[in-house]
Amino acid sequence: MTEEIIIAGFGGQGVLSMGKILAYSGIMENQEVSWMPSYGPEMRGGTANVTVILSDERISSPYLKLFDTAIILNQQSMDKFENSVKPGGLLIYDPNGISHHPTRKDIQVFQIEGTKLAAEMENKKIFNMVILGGFLKKKPIVKLENVIAGLKKSLSERYHHLIPLNEKAIQVGMESIHPY
Amino acid sequence: MSELKLMKGNEALAEAAIRAGADAYFGYPITPQSEVIEYLMTEQPEKRTGMVVLQAESEIAAINMVYGAASTGKKVMTSSSSPGISLKLEGISYLAGAELPAVIVNVVRGGPGLGTIQPSQADYFQSVKGGGHGDYKLYVLAPASVQEMSDFVEDAFNIAFKYRAPVLILSDGLIGQMMEKVNLKDQLPRLTNDEIIEKYDSWAVTGRKNRRRNIITSLDLQSEKMEARVHRLMKKYEQMEKEDLRYEKILCDDAEYLIVAYGSSARISQKAVELARKKGIKAGLLRPITLFPYPKQPLFELADQVKGILSVELNAGQMVEDVKLSVEHKVPVEHFGRTGGIIHTPEEVLEALEQKIIKNGNLRYHTTRESSIL
Repeated sequence: MTEEIIIAGFGGQGVLSMGKILAYSGIMENQEVSWMPSYGPEMRGGTANVTVILSDERISSPYLKLFDTAIILNQQSMDKFENSVKPGGLLIYDPNGISHHPTRKDIQVFQIEGTKLAAEMENKKIFNMVILGGFLKKKPIVKLENVIAGLKKSLSERYHHLIPLNEKAIQVGMESIHPY
Repeated sequence: MSELKLMKGNEALAEAAIRAGADAYFGYPITPQSEVIEYLMTEQPEKRTGMVVLQAESEIAAINMVYGAASTGKKVMTSSSSPGISLKLEGISYLAGAELPAVIVNVVRGGPGLGTIQPSQADYFQSVKGGGHGDYKLYVLAPASVQEMSDFVEDAFNIAFKYRAPVLILSDGLIGQMMEKVNLKDQLPRLTNDEIIEKYDSWAVTGRKNRRRNIITSLDLQSEKMEARVHRLMKKYEQMEKEDLRYEKILCDDAEYLIVAYGSSARISQKAVELARKKGIKAGLLRPITLFPYPKQPLFELADQVKGILSVELNAGQMVEDVKLSVEHKVPVEHFGRTGGIIHTPEEVLEALEQKIIKNGNLRYHTTRESSIL
């Protein structure tokens, strides 16, 4: 199994940390992982994206043109990455702030109202965990318990009391993802 | 005890320096290698091993601190990115001339000039063809993964002390910034001052009395002596070529077409080779792990087997010259690479292989440098 994922949105949405948690979860399952950020000037306020690969085998290129899954969190990223999904692949997006919805018919398109759900949970910071939950519902490539173990590894101990909240957000995401 | 972690390449390299028993790190921050000094400052290795970490006032100060510390037989490292390495070159030439062991790390960004902060491999010439002035070479290691960013630090120190010569780890913004799983090595103890005297008393300035003075200098105004020094350096480089060449062959056994690539380009090219194989094209990859010494002989031999070779580099065509020198016109050799901080995708590499090598299989030696750039 190899899963090639691009996560793209605004800087500050937790795009990079979501990728990092996914990578840690992969390690918990003894998979090979790579996490390749766009670290350019765009990180300082503009778009941010990260390529995450989880695989049973040694990962060759950490940098890709086409992805099994694109998780898209703003309009610029939709414009840039809709066509980077492999035919038959998966596109997940938050419709918040999206004016041009995806038009491709050869891929699966799912929506998740991450911004809205996080606001309802009164914690905007768990937005990325809601989205991650939605993704894991569609592609259960890592077990939830390993995501939690990954969270424990990637968060410093003073934030460990927030892990139940993150777990809740993942659950909400899993329940809320729906086809577009 | 070794330890499994998810780390950035730059962080893995910094941690590896501590674990390799380095005595000192002198550096100055620059994107995309700033995590090296950030990690070391956060980790405070002076509390773990007594290792000194100092942010110098400039790259030039840092490399001269390296010169000073290396003169005393200490294990010392510095790191920077392209424009910073240009500033260090005078010092690097002096290190080579004075025959001092040191590890220098370049996490390459696009150039020339201040260029861009994105990944690049445009410092190949600077790394393997001198860079600084005079007849010298650096032993150059090119990591292609976070694991190698970690492993190559100890290897680099071993080579530096084996030959009493500066060693360069030539990474780039992609390998430095990405995170992968890394198995960290066990902590090696730092040498005590007595151990340093025992091992390096023949050349290092250790402060020991009642022996012939050790003088560290690259200056020799007597021509015969200077020539002897240059010959001694050349002997070292010959020995490096004989004993410490490193490279990796991937799917080369039945290859009809060969890609040569190092560092991040090797990772991307490996995927291109996988894509090619799916299309029925018998492609293989030769990855130089050391850029000096260069795998000339393996390439010379593969040139009898393959129909053409593509040198894939994140630059406008640098290593391709060494590929051509190695194969001595036995087969067509072309270059492909993006520049300016753009990273080529595996699909672009495969297309270049098809267009420049496979399609033009019957035409030989027809391209110019200009036409080899996308």
